[in-house]
Amino acid sequence: MGKTIFDKIWDKHVVKIIQDGPSVVYIDKHLIHEVTSPQAFTGIEKRGAKLFRPKQIVATADHNVPTLHQELPIKDALSKFQVDTLIDNCKKHGVELYGLGHKYQGIVHVIGPELGITQPGMTIVCGDSHTSTHGAFGAIAFGIGTSEVQMVFASQCIMQSKPKLMRINIDGHLKKGVVSKDIILYIIAQISASGATGYFVEYAGSAIRALSMEARMTICNMSIEMGARGGMIAPDQTTYDYMQGRLFAPTGEAWDKKLAAWKELYTDADAKFDMEINIKAEDIDPMITYGTNPGMGLSVQGKLPTTESFSDATEKQNYEKALQYMGLTAGQSLLGMPVQNVFIGSCTNSRIEDFRLVASIIKGKQKHPSIKTLIVPGSQEVAKQIKAEGLDKIFEAAGVEIRQAGCSACLGMNEDKIPAGEYCISTSNRNFEGRQGAGARTLLASPLTAAAALLTGKITDIREILN
Amino acid sequence: MQSLQKITSRFIPLRIENVDTDQIIPARFLKATTKDGFGKNLFRDWRYENDDETKPKADFVLNQKQYTGEILVAAKNFGCGSSREHAAWSIQDYGFKVVVSSFFADIFKNNALNNGVLPVTVTDAFLQQIFAVGATDTLTVDLENQTITIDATGASEKFDINAYKKTCMLNGYDDIDYLLNMKEEIEAYEKANQE
Repeated sequence: MGKTIFDKIWDKHVVKIIQDGPSVVYIDKHLIHEVTSPQAFTGIEKRGAKLFRPKQIVATADHNVPTLHQELPIKDALSKFQVDTLIDNCKKHGVELYGLGHKYQGIVHVIGPELGITQPGMTIVCGDSHTSTHGAFGAIAFGIGTSEVQMVFASQCIMQSKPKLMRINIDGHLKKGVVSKDIILYIIAQISASGATGYFVEYAGSAIRALSMEARMTICNMSIEMGARGGMIAPDQTTYDYMQGRLFAPTGEAWDKKLAAWKELYTDADAKFDMEINIKAEDIDPMITYGTNPGMGLSVQGKLPTTESFSDATEKQNYEKALQYMGLTAGQSLLGMPVQNVFIGSCTNSRIEDFRLVASIIKGKQKHPSIKTLIVPGSQEVAKQIKAEGLDKIFEAAGVEIRQAGCSACLGMNEDKIPAGEYCISTSNRNFEGRQGAGARTLLASPLTAAAALLTGKITDIREILN
Repeated sequence: MQSLQKITSRFIPLRIENVDTDQIIPARFLKATTKDGFGKNLFRDWRYENDDETKPKADFVLNQKQYTGEILVAAKNFGCGSSREHAAWSIQDYGFKVVVSSFFADIFKNNALNNGVLPVTVTDAFLQQIFAVGATDTLTVDLENQTITIDATGASEKFDINAYKKTCMLNGYDDIDYLLNMKEEIEAYEKANQE
């Protein structure tokens, strides 16, 4: 029987299979950040152990950093201490750090790919559930807890049971105004926030092949939002074109050799999946979420479910709880509803292509006066590119400020928070209660839908603007 | 790591689905650099009005005096979302040794196991049976025999755990001990796979 791309990479990285237990899997790249690493460093030191392969680790500060005045000391004492602790730990243990002020600093899942650290065929982990992003390059990449960070520090290995495998095929052509964020929000709405738990997902089909690397990353990024440990896409010419010439990408003969190996990374025609889902690209509309988990999403033209549509008492109760938090009514439409905030950023949608999309909509127009914005590039490199392409002028002319790189209002660990009770159209990945600030009401959507709201001050079908 | 063999305890019923780790421990508490003291912030925003410890929300189960115990019982898809191990630390620090649900998110499950908190997956029907019994009734979780029992009714169900993780939990071993002892094998793997 043939192998899936997952099998090919997994098998090559298994150091040992523990009988009736997990496998010991070798990790090629370990990415770390300030929030989930300090206790792992302490744990290693307490055991008197050393980092086993510090050269295979790359660190950055992203979750906790301010997005204004990064040149000044961080005001919040706890945030500052955590970021300083990362600096100390990296120095002490010989780990490369792209910290605040460094030209390569940024959200860990943005800088890995853009610096060419992320490569096909690799195993990549990070103490962050959105590590699934890197799967867009045909890598096995997944989020881990801090105990597991410590395991990788100690041994460059992790203990994992092999997950079940799911393939999601998306074929056909996307409609106008529909982008990769809509694809993944559609999938999660179809299969629910736990529909892929226990699985690793391969995304395939002609609609996926047609996507840029940035767009593929957006899809793989949100794999965790349906419970999947990771998502991946087989590499192709789009992948190689994106990678060639990046800072840590191989060059010359090494490139040729790697490229030959990468071209073997595909799912064999006779490989079997534990589950397979087929989706027609034409069925997907611009999407938006209405509830408090990413599975609670619908077409921007749609209506919220009625309470009668829930037969299970607990599910009905949970739906009502979500509606109450969101200040919405069962059966209502979202179109035309005023929103107060727009957040464009996060490891889901803060890459250069996202800014190009937004700029294409707001060019020559003005921000709606009632809208407050948080527009946050994913990295210093993205910020540089925004300037190089003159996009900053378009945002400025629209009355919108572009901030400095970091996770920002995706999880509100820094001061970038959405006020209680207010709505925020957000290009991030989670609409959990309080995620963007206590009482904040998050509506997840694509950069295009966010840009539309930025102009109109309300939930808008982007196609009305495009037409 | 703390070991766990068998426990009989009252339980706290959390009839909420899709409990995400942002609810278990909100992001603003992730600025710590140690593992200590997370229990007081467990379910912080569900527990208190406006983040004020003097204003507990009466409708939240952790604030209802009739419920107590070292077992947390939650509806399906518990621990989804962020990989933050702080969620497992806060559950453990609060005093829970076992979490029961009909479905766990993967990363949370691993994090719990790595901290000596046992995730017990039961069927939907059994979960409903647990929710149906009284506040003073107890559950018995027997790891050696992989059973969970509602003591008042005698209803019992087997649960799954892989043999390796079971040994770790019963004895309080952790994966790092195992991996540190594998150094030679890992080096041999690296040598064989050098490119």
